[in-house]
Amino acid sequence: MQTKLTINGVAGTHDVSPATLLVELLRDGLSLTGTHIGCDTSQCGACNVLIDGVAVKSCTVLAATLDGAKVTTIEGLAKGEELHPMQAAFKDNHGLQCGFCTPGMVMAGLEIVRRHGPNVSAETIAHDLEGNLCRCTGYQNIIAAIGAGAKAMGGKSNA
Amino acid sequence: MREFALERPATLAAATAAFNAGGEAALLAGGHTLLPAMKSRLRMPDTLVDLSQVAGLTGITKDGDRLWIGAMTLHATVATDATALPALAQLASGIGDQQVRNRGTLGGSVANNDPAADYPAAVLALDGVVETTAGSYKADDFFQGMFATALADGEIITRIGFRIPAKAAYAKFRHPASRYAVVGVFVAKFADGVRVAVTGAGPGVFRWEAAEAALNGAFTVAAVNGLVLDADDLNSDIHASADYRASLAGVMLGRAVAAAV
Repeated sequence: MQTKLTINGVAGTHDVSPATLLVELLRDGLSLTGTHIGCDTSQCGACNVLIDGVAVKSCTVLAATLDGAKVTTIEGLAKGEELHPMQAAFKDNHGLQCGFCTPGMVMAGLEIVRRHGPNVSAETIAHDLEGNLCRCTGYQNIIAAIGAGAKAMGGKSNA
Repeated sequence: MREFALERPATLAAATAAFNAGGEAALLAGGHTLLPAMKSRLRMPDTLVDLSQVAGLTGITKDGDRLWIGAMTLHATVATDATALPALAQLASGIGDQQVRNRGTLGGSVANNDPAADYPAAVLALDGVVETTAGSYKADDFFQGMFATALADGEIITRIGFRIPAKAAYAKFRHPASRYAVVGVFVAKFADGVRVAVTGAGPGVFRWEAAEAALNGAFTVAAVNGLVLDADDLNSDIHASADYRASLAGVMLGRAVAAAV
């Protein structure tokens, strides 16, 4: 099937089978391997991407059902060498250890900013991260990073 | 996932035709139960009929004593829409996680009727009406046990009408990983009586008559103090025994009443 998608600002037509998951198109079809497959059962959040600005788990969405959508992955955030404020906040706050969950955490952070704005509380961030698993950090620095990233974004919309 | 044909109809009539075109078909709403089931090959449809392009299946409107919610309305929308009932919004905000709520739909949840899903408790306690492409059902007739409903093959839920209560609340003891209800209790008080629905505890959502009788006497926490379910028909699994669920239902009932009064 042909599906038209704008991925990280680049419009294109992609030939996918009906069973192709969005994460498979991104990773296997387009070599956008920053989006990770952790559990493949829509629990861990490592595969989070934005579809039309809203965070979803790309392991549980069929690419062919997204015709016309805008998809933003972790690769679409930085402007050249300049990190997105949320990415920079993860770096500055040591919001990662092994880094496997990080792309999904960053996208979840953008979702938190979309929903709660720049002054979101640590408690709200912790609650809203219930769909993202990290097995290294104990979450404290991730929560700090998202709080700092939210402030740095200053209420601006995603990406 | 095994390969299948994907249809993306724009109307209910086209969706029904696509479903009936031959082979085993399945309806795709948000996909957050169906796609995992297809990955594990519990479901292997030949044709998947995506309902996301069908017009008129989303939105929340109040009409008389009912709040009508389109079947393809997202959990995230119900959770945050000011027109939704507070108890319903609270229930929707506790389904899965935010990313799941950004895809999952009311109609998909109700049609699937998972015995631990949240929405069936709201539909049953709020005296719901389930409208479909073939007619409409009272909630009391719609839910028929584990993953079973009154829906015929290919029948599509279009919207659900919730009777607006005087007071209502949902209390859920959620599984910490899946966020499904280990036990969830929805209490709704209407001018003509109280309805109490229990999810997660048994093989399907059901009304708790003893709790309704007690609350019809007095809508207070004290009226249901010490009330527990009969454990005989309840689920036992690695997460909770039937006796534990029976006791937990009493606790959730008390919390729901306390939140509602």
